[in-house]
Amino acid sequence: MAFVNWLKRNLVVIAGLLTLGYLLLPNVVVMVFSFNKPKGRFNYQWQEFSTDAWKDPCGVADMCGSLALSLQIAVWAMIGATLLGTMIAFALVRYRFRARGVVNSLIFLPMAMPEVVMAASLLTLFLNMGAQLGFWTILIAHIMFCLSFVVVAVKARVMSMDPRLEQAAQDLYAGPFQTFLRVTLPIAAPGIAAGALLAFALSFDDFIITNFNSGSTVTFPMFVWGAAQRGTPVQINVIGTAMSVIAVLCVVIAMVISNRRTRQKA
Amino acid sequence: MRTTHDHGGDVRLTRISKTYGGFTAVHPLDLTVPQGTFFALLGASGCGKTTTLRMIAGLEEPTQGTVHLGDQDVTHLPPYKRPVNTVFQSYALFPHLDIFENVAFGLRRRGIKNVRKQVEEMLDLVQLGEHARKKPHQLSGGQQQRVAVARALINHPKVLLLDEPLGALDLKLRRQMQLELKRIQTEVGITFIHVTHDQEEAMTMADTVAVMNAGRVEQLGSPTDLYENPKSTFVANFLGTSNLIEAEVDTRSGDEIVLKAGGCKLSLPRARCSAPVTAGGKVLAGIRPEKISLTHADDAGRVPEGRNRLTGTITASSFIGVSTQYMIDSPACPGLEVYVQNLDRDARLVPGAEVVLHWDPAHTFGLDAAQDIDAGVEGVEPDEGVAA
Amino acid sequence: MAALTRAPAPPAPAGPEQRPPRRRGRLTPYWLLLPGLLWLVLFFVLPMVYQASTSVQTGSLEEGYKVTWHFVTYWEAVSEYWPQFVRSVLYAASATVLCLLLGYPLAYLLAFRAGRWRNLLLVLVIAPFFTSFLIRTLAWKTILADNGPLVGALDALHVLDVTSWLGWTSGDRVLATPLAVVCGLTYNFLPFMILPLYTSLDRIDPRLHEAAGDLYARPFTTFRKVTFPLSMPGVVSGTLLTFIPAAGDYVNADLLGSTDTRMIGNVIQTQFLRILDYPTAAALSFILMAAILVMVTVYIRRSGTEDLV
Repeated sequence: MAFVNWLKRNLVVIAGLLTLGYLLLPNVVVMVFSFNKPKGRFNYQWQEFSTDAWKDPCGVADMCGSLALSLQIAVWAMIGATLLGTMIAFALVRYRFRARGVVNSLIFLPMAMPEVVMAASLLTLFLNMGAQLGFWTILIAHIMFCLSFVVVAVKARVMSMDPRLEQAAQDLYAGPFQTFLRVTLPIAAPGIAAGALLAFALSFDDFIITNFNSGSTVTFPMFVWGAAQRGTPVQINVIGTAMSVIAVLCVVIAMVISNRRTRQKA
Repeated sequence: MRTTHDHGGDVRLTRISKTYGGFTAVHPLDLTVPQGTFFALLGASGCGKTTTLRMIAGLEEPTQGTVHLGDQDVTHLPPYKRPVNTVFQSYALFPHLDIFENVAFGLRRRGIKNVRKQVEEMLDLVQLGEHARKKPHQLSGGQQQRVAVARALINHPKVLLLDEPLGALDLKLRRQMQLELKRIQTEVGITFIHVTHDQEEAMTMADTVAVMNAGRVEQLGSPTDLYENPKSTFVANFLGTSNLIEAEVDTRSGDEIVLKAGGCKLSLPRARCSAPVTAGGKVLAGIRPEKISLTHADDAGRVPEGRNRLTGTITASSFIGVSTQYMIDSPACPGLEVYVQNLDRDARLVPGAEVVLHWDPAHTFGLDAAQDIDAGVEGVEPDEGVAA
Repeated sequence: MAALTRAPAPPAPAGPEQRPPRRRGRLTPYWLLLPGLLWLVLFFVLPMVYQASTSVQTGSLEEGYKVTWHFVTYWEAVSEYWPQFVRSVLYAASATVLCLLLGYPLAYLLAFRAGRWRNLLLVLVIAPFFTSFLIRTLAWKTILADNGPLVGALDALHVLDVTSWLGWTSGDRVLATPLAVVCGLTYNFLPFMILPLYTSLDRIDPRLHEAAGDLYARPFTTFRKVTFPLSMPGVVSGTLLTFIPAAGDYVNADLLGSTDTRMIGNVIQTQFLRILDYPTAAALSFILMAAILVMVTVYIRRSGTEDLV
């Protein structure tokens, strides 16, 4: 009976943890299979343990090149989308102007649109323009669909900011530029950083829009897609594992540092 | 008040007004705040007091009129060029800067290099020396409030503006900070303009109080003057409590006006009547609840001659500790309030008892009967606690 | 001062005192908006216009295309590909429901039961994002492999017999069946359900649970009458964030499915990139967009949360 009661009380915890397991299972598989030594071209079945792929992560033709290209595009897309999106967010929160509703729907629509629709229509535009598909068309597309997410992230932060803080800065002899630099920007920074990170992640991992607009240029997701048809090298798993381990480490370190800081101050 | 007056630091508002679209927040207003005074703008939410303050700070541009600091016209100067600093409502401390940097902010913006000594002295003045490296959210409400004061005062402004600075504190801390602010003001001698909706706060701290209502100054004067001699029903009701009795002018003779109310005659000094007086005209006779004495009807004969008298029935009483508050219905006026100090409690004064109310005629004040008798009564205006 | 007149109370008190100060530069907002909006107009709105125009053109790759208002393309597209449309909606809806069922307990756990483990668990929810979603989707090929332990177990428990009877799987395979595709879709968009749910659950004051309990509500009633209604904004945005991308997805159907599980995204992709029949592809994409916009609008109206942005 005690056990049944315990089960009743913790049912939601158990269900939640099961979902978490569902979410993490593929990552575990990716990690385990980065140590596999497959027999055929595809790395779907476990054969034997080996660290070959880890010793030679760039041993597959073109893979590391595509990775570098993806990083490059993601950085530029992040910079472009963050810049444009932050400006829009500030305009939306801080000023009254006409056509606000139109602007808001223009921001909302790209997020409410299946990627394949945007991808297809952009390709139509580029084909009609006779544009050369490649780095630039990918970058243009990535900035476009990351923009709205940056606006949402920054807007939320700026909206929650007390307008009196800027007034206080002005009252304390800071001109408009100084006020922006010393008060507005630092306080909005977490929102801008969140937007930028999101833009980076979205661009880096984007497949559908890139698939339509890349021409013969191969980003990392495009490489994986191609590999899924031709044969999946173990190195893909190495890269996938390394990326998530690095990212999680960064997050954990950041958390530990901020924890220690607040503990010291308190 | 200070005896020596250096007019170089007076704040002068001339015909200043502010309208938003069709709504007038502040009607054309003239106001002079002499240098070195502690001045309070008192009123309910939406009365225009904060707008007035923000126009002095430069955060709001007046629709019409001018703002002078001494001889300088600052009407069109942006806030960062005015020698005026503000303690904001809920403080507006910069959350990303520590206490030291918050206090040093104004000095640094004016290009002052060596700020350490000044900031440390200032933090000592507000007793926060050891908290210099904490972030604002790590301090209590009272400490944050003191940082906000320090951050403004360190710039030696000509005028310090305080916008409901104690609104977020609990009652006990509020009392303590009222005295603290008063001490600081006396010490530094800077003009303080304090906006508040709390009449008690305004009266405790300020030398001069301007009572605002619906975008106009209703009355301006020292706290005692405003309390003892209100000139409008709004001031009479907003500052403390007043019994306002509708009366008719019976006779006038020299310094005395005799009024008739519900069959009783009330005497009112001519000098304490702000209403036009014509024989047979209406006047509101006002009396503060604590000025009234109560005598049981059986002892009516013992009431001394020469006092204003009314009869009535006690409808409710509540024991407060220092005093007992009675509600009394009188033929002259229903719902009179009387506060009696608990010196010798008369056990017969219970609900239902017949009583005589009497007071010194010199405490009566007369108001124009053409006003709303309930103006400024608590509960009629929306509560300030939420808004503003 | 003595002759003060009665001032009537203003019609709208309290408002103006809180208004932000009027900014001096009136054109500033337009300058701030200009570059970003220009980008969206050029690369989001204009392409839509081009696509609309392409969908009513006729011609061939060799001779070029001309606008001939050939609306028949739409009719042909629908009559030929309606099974894929239906399948897309069905799969996306199933994935959305599954995401809600799976995601809610985890979001609830994060919001109310995680205690000091909360940050760690949040990191674990987001962690999968850091590995390319294509790689993770490929991992499902291993998990659902025909001779893998999972399929073996399901087969032994006769679960596969039931799912085959329902048409979700075929024979003793899971891979290349609708079940695999829906499973992949659910997996891929689950975080988009969990995060909005968590955000809205986190805003709920836990004392409301105590208050409900105090007022004689059993735990499940508390959930039904208090927690769930208050989490509606999260439910609505979570379902939208899951359904919309799932309906247009073609990656899961391609990697985990077969020719019998092709969704409309797959059709658009092949028409555009392999068959190069641009008018049909444009028409299909337009229909998908319109269908989703209509469904989303109706859904938002009915759930009564219109301020999502």
